[in-house]
Amino acid sequence: MNLSTGSYRTKILGLVMAASFIALIIFAFWVSPNDDQQGGAVRLLYIHVPLAISTYVCYIACGIASLVFLIKKKIWWDYIALSTAEIGTIFCGLTLLTGAIWGRPIWNTWWEWGDVRLVTTLILFLLFLGYLALRAMPSSNPNANVRRAAVVAIVATIDIPIINRSVEWWQNRTLHQRSTLVELKIEDWTFFTLVLGFLAFGLLIIWLTIHRFRVAWLAGEIDSLETELALKKRLEESNI
Amino acid sequence: MSYIGYVLAGWLSTFLAFATYIFFVLRRGRSYSAKVPEARRRWIDSGSENKGSNND
Repeated sequence: MNLSTGSYRTKILGLVMAASFIALIIFAFWVSPNDDQQGGAVRLLYIHVPLAISTYVCYIACGIASLVFLIKKKIWWDYIALSTAEIGTIFCGLTLLTGAIWGRPIWNTWWEWGDVRLVTTLILFLLFLGYLALRAMPSSNPNANVRRAAVVAIVATIDIPIINRSVEWWQNRTLHQRSTLVELKIEDWTFFTLVLGFLAFGLLIIWLTIHRFRVAWLAGEIDSLETELALKKRLEESNI
Repeated sequence: MSYIGYVLAGWLSTFLAFATYIFFVLRRGRSYSAKVPEARRRWIDSGSENKGSNND
């Protein structure tokens, strides 16, 4: 009996994703050069920057899916919102962790409370932890809980443009540099490795979202089956 | 100056977190799948996807 949440297509996707991560490791550690200012620590940015962008992608997807769910009331959208919120929170936690590990040798500190980007990213992480806690809370009215969580997700998503623009809006209150990626101020192999990182993490988001969506779908089906069974039992009892 | 310790700590913690999360998602999927009939699991309904392989 096939119990996997994988399908033929997700297996192919999983293989391509694994290959792209192997390529990322090869390029990050053996092909791309040391940075003039950061030295070998630049290799941390090949996961830190894609993790940060992946966090944005997941949370924006969650915000859009939550909005569509509130409008269309289709449970599909809620499953997408839940899946992307959970994956985004893993990415966001890892963004904070890898950022702290990178900051220690480069900024000489693990954390800086005065840095607007760090603090707003932490707030985003805590908001989505709250979203997930709300989803996990037992409730006498689960539908109301889901709608409340959708509103929380939409409100939390507003933090993303603030995080993204913080280095421009508060230039004297951040240790972060302005975007070097958009202005192409980085070397060819460094740029290529970063793009490879975006590709690998993008595939990981798709692969994980499909699997997590199917888990949410299965949980919903189990709830429906239990309700159907309870109704059937009730009907049988009333017939007697 | 060598930053290898920081670099390895960052990469390893990231991959360890991914592996742990993937493991729990797939395991939960299998445990839920056992409670739901195949007909209601849409992704194993069609064509070449239903060839009995359990690998992800």
